[in-house]
Amino acid sequence: MEKINKMTKGTVAGIIANLVFVEVDGPVQQNEICYIDLEGTKLMAEVIKVNGTQAYVQVFESTRGLKVNHTVEFTGHMLEVTLGPGILSKNYDGLQNDLDKMDGVFLKRGEHTNPLEDDKKWEYKPIAKVGDVLEAGGWIGEVKENWMPHKIMVPFKFEGKYTVKSVTKAGEYTIHDTMAVVTDEKGKEINLTMIQKWPVKLAVKAYKEKPRPFKLLETGVRVIDTLNPIAEGGTGFIPGPFGTGKTVLQHALSKQAEADMIIVAACGERANEVVEIFTEFPELDDPRTGRKLMERTTIIANTSNMPVAAREASVYTAMTLGEYYRAMGLKVLLLADSTSRWAQALREMSNRMEELPGQDAFPMDLPAIISNFYSRAGFTYLNNGESGSITFIGTVSPAGGNLKEPVTESTKKAARCFYALSQQRADSKRYPAIDALESYSKYAEYPELQDYFRKNIDPDWPEKIALARDILIRSREVSEQINILGDDGVPVEYHNRFWKGEVIDFVICQQDAFDEVDRSASLDRQKYMLNRVLDIYHTNFSFESFEDVGTYFKRMINSMKQMNYAVYESDKYHDSEKELNSIIEERKTA
Amino acid sequence: METKAFQKIYTKITQITKATCSLKATGIGYEEMAIVHGRLAQVVKIMGEDVTLQIFSGTEGIPTNAEVVFLGRPPVLKVGEELSGRFFDAYGDPIDGRPAIEGEERQIGGPSVNPVRRKQPSEFIPTGIAGIDLNNALVTGQKIPFFADPDQPYNEIMAMVALRADADKIILGGMGLTNDDYLYYKNVFENAGALDRIISFVNTTENPPVERILVPDMALTAAEYFAVDKKQKVLVLLTDMTLYADALSIVSNRMDQIPSKDSMPGSLYSDLAKIYEKAVQFPDGGSITIIAVTTLSGGDITHAIPDNTGYITEGQLFLRKDTDIGKVVVDPFRSLSRLKQLVIGSKTRPDHPQVMNAAIRLYADAANAKTKQENGFDLTDYDERTLNFAKDYSNKLLAIDVNVEVDQMLETTWNLFGEHFSQVEVGIKQEFVDKHWPTENSSEV
Repeated sequence: MEKINKMTKGTVAGIIANLVFVEVDGPVQQNEICYIDLEGTKLMAEVIKVNGTQAYVQVFESTRGLKVNHTVEFTGHMLEVTLGPGILSKNYDGLQNDLDKMDGVFLKRGEHTNPLEDDKKWEYKPIAKVGDVLEAGGWIGEVKENWMPHKIMVPFKFEGKYTVKSVTKAGEYTIHDTMAVVTDEKGKEINLTMIQKWPVKLAVKAYKEKPRPFKLLETGVRVIDTLNPIAEGGTGFIPGPFGTGKTVLQHALSKQAEADMIIVAACGERANEVVEIFTEFPELDDPRTGRKLMERTTIIANTSNMPVAAREASVYTAMTLGEYYRAMGLKVLLLADSTSRWAQALREMSNRMEELPGQDAFPMDLPAIISNFYSRAGFTYLNNGESGSITFIGTVSPAGGNLKEPVTESTKKAARCFYALSQQRADSKRYPAIDALESYSKYAEYPELQDYFRKNIDPDWPEKIALARDILIRSREVSEQINILGDDGVPVEYHNRFWKGEVIDFVICQQDAFDEVDRSASLDRQKYMLNRVLDIYHTNFSFESFEDVGTYFKRMINSMKQMNYAVYESDKYHDSEKELNSIIEERKTA
Repeated sequence: METKAFQKIYTKITQITKATCSLKATGIGYEEMAIVHGRLAQVVKIMGEDVTLQIFSGTEGIPTNAEVVFLGRPPVLKVGEELSGRFFDAYGDPIDGRPAIEGEERQIGGPSVNPVRRKQPSEFIPTGIAGIDLNNALVTGQKIPFFADPDQPYNEIMAMVALRADADKIILGGMGLTNDDYLYYKNVFENAGALDRIISFVNTTENPPVERILVPDMALTAAEYFAVDKKQKVLVLLTDMTLYADALSIVSNRMDQIPSKDSMPGSLYSDLAKIYEKAVQFPDGGSITIIAVTTLSGGDITHAIPDNTGYITEGQLFLRKDTDIGKVVVDPFRSLSRLKQLVIGSKTRPDHPQVMNAAIRLYADAANAKTKQENGFDLTDYDERTLNFAKDYSNKLLAIDVNVEVDQMLETTWNLFGEHFSQVEVGIKQEFVDKHWPTENSSEV
């Protein structure tokens, strides 16, 4: 990154909403950040196009009252985030302003707050030794951030190799203190502090390699883990019409998923949903550590009424924070709700710039932008041999519930798991409304992951998942026939087949996100339950008439649901299972 | 709006379109207000010295030598206690024949609330309508629209909700109201003796459509004054948001913007969100709750306006004419209040969530039975009973003319359960059944 010695200045030449035209007196770079001086208020903006001496900038705040000839100062760098201890448990806006540090009830224009604490002391322990040769992302020491070891690293911007000259001894320091001195290849000494900056639009590449994902990321949601598993370091997306439970599902994932750190980017969605996280997460226990959920969570809140241009920045900010923690060897889960709002922000700007529109007036490069963003997730081996990952799950809000719209289509090409929320399931209160058959996970077909399943869950796991899906498909086919021909117009066997699918639907696919126990199922438990429902599938039952079939299966489903609601292997659990066994005995045939 | 004596008067308009006119001027702020030929206008584009103004009431008859005066400020509303009981137009000028109010000038369309300064909504707003209170309870700080066809009585229901709801102030933002509906609201509010807590900003079909764009911001600026400064519970009624969105599309069309889905501007989501997200619960007790109307065309909720609205609002309420009982009901299947979980069972009786779900499930069984019946299949005894239950349930609870307390709604539902079903069929937690299942002599509803 080159330094521009003399900072470029400019003056406002034109204004259309948050697109401002600036006459500049020197060099500017694409995506450079500048500040427009509106009678003392500094409005932050980003260069999105340059034409001759005129820079087109998108302003991250309201331009009300802005006048021609107001002065503009360019900063010489792109939109950057500050990386260092103190990010966990924070509530940031899309530009990494700490929302809790802002005064007053209303967001004020031009108010920028410090993302970290200048004075806070952190307990530091060195990792690197004098003489060690490190690259960007190399660990020099660590501090305890909440309960997590937070690595202090050679800044990502550093190129080449650096030799450690001295390391600060263990003790309590602030983020601005020097933690190590390194020398570059030319022998120049550089002091390293706990913090560094990184431009959000660029991917952090400080790792050795990015293999294909090969491990399962447990989410505790059965229809995901069992039927459509997502890999650690994988990507997935959840499209669904409004009211189908996208946000409830994302919240469930953020509460239960087996990750070290969760970043939630609320991008252009409802403020009250973010308030729900603010309110609940500091109270809820993280089942894995016994700490509060908020301790492992960072929230990027750029709700729908906050400045549109910052929406785009918010997802990049979230991704960059994720990459920072991944470089510490942590398992990061990044959730963005919803990427459609980000695409809409791109559309608004493209429209103001009078670019030729693509489908539904979205910019032509939308698919490229989306796939580029998804590609930043992944499982990585770091230069020091450790590993870290970012698993990314985005929601998409398809206009009119139509999955053929550009954002859904573009995302489908980029993400490897597809969790389709169905309006019909939501209407019949079958939650989570993920349609197990429409949905898919490309990872389930990865030989690496299949090996992982065979080794860690069950030697026949991939076959069992395939069978469960087949049963669901057959059940659905039969149910259509029953609807057409009537209950008594089909053989009793059809009802039997239909209900065997319903057992999987009710017991595996459906899950109560609001129930203390049922909301998260361990892998052990999921395995046990899948085996139980497959046993039922393989069992032959005898029925005299179709009316008996539904009633009988409903009883079985009921006792299995009671099992799901009970603590695993508790007395209640075993009681319900006994009840299930005796129901099975009633009509079992050889 | 008076002009000040020393203001510069421009008289040379360089370009006129159906909605805008342009002229050369300097030192003009973005979104500044101006008066063009006696009409209010707002700066929508500045390119060097060329300033483009959007004329709210249209450009018909504006000459190139019209007088243009810039007011040096964005649109404002004068706020104060005196707003109560008054009727204003889209510009905040009185239309009730009484003098303009004195008060502090506030810019409309102001900044958003910092999300960390919000409180999670938790206060139940009873309306007396069971389709709402029982099945889709509303909460302070919520935003929710009625999705209604134009022939449904949504204005009557809004007026009813407004009068029954427990709010300190009710602010009506009327966009494209017919004069008849405007007079209806006025009469209802007057007759109820509730005028002193009602403030109205009204744009009728007789006014130019583009003016409507100002109405929600005016109403919400007034709402913020009472909710923030006075810590009051404010209920804002916006009718009809479809006409508001139509006005947005007119403007964007005339400004040569590329339309997106259904010829709506690409910014529709953000434009609507800016309004609806003004709904808020403050920690100190003040709140803004928004109930809106979005009219549908032919019940199509995939159209860009209801679709974007649905993604923004916390649920939606559907009205439906129930032909079995000949009354309008709040449709229990398609309606949804996303915030109801925050109050039902905690601010209301603990059996509320289970009773609600059981009744809706049985009502759904009735719908299935009805399909069966229509397709000529035989009905079972259970089917027959669900059909009878559904009819009673519609009549005694869902119909919008029912006005009772929540406890009474729950009692009525329990009685209907007892009348038509066995305890197993209802399937509610035993402890509630033991407590509330009607005994022989109380089964008469």
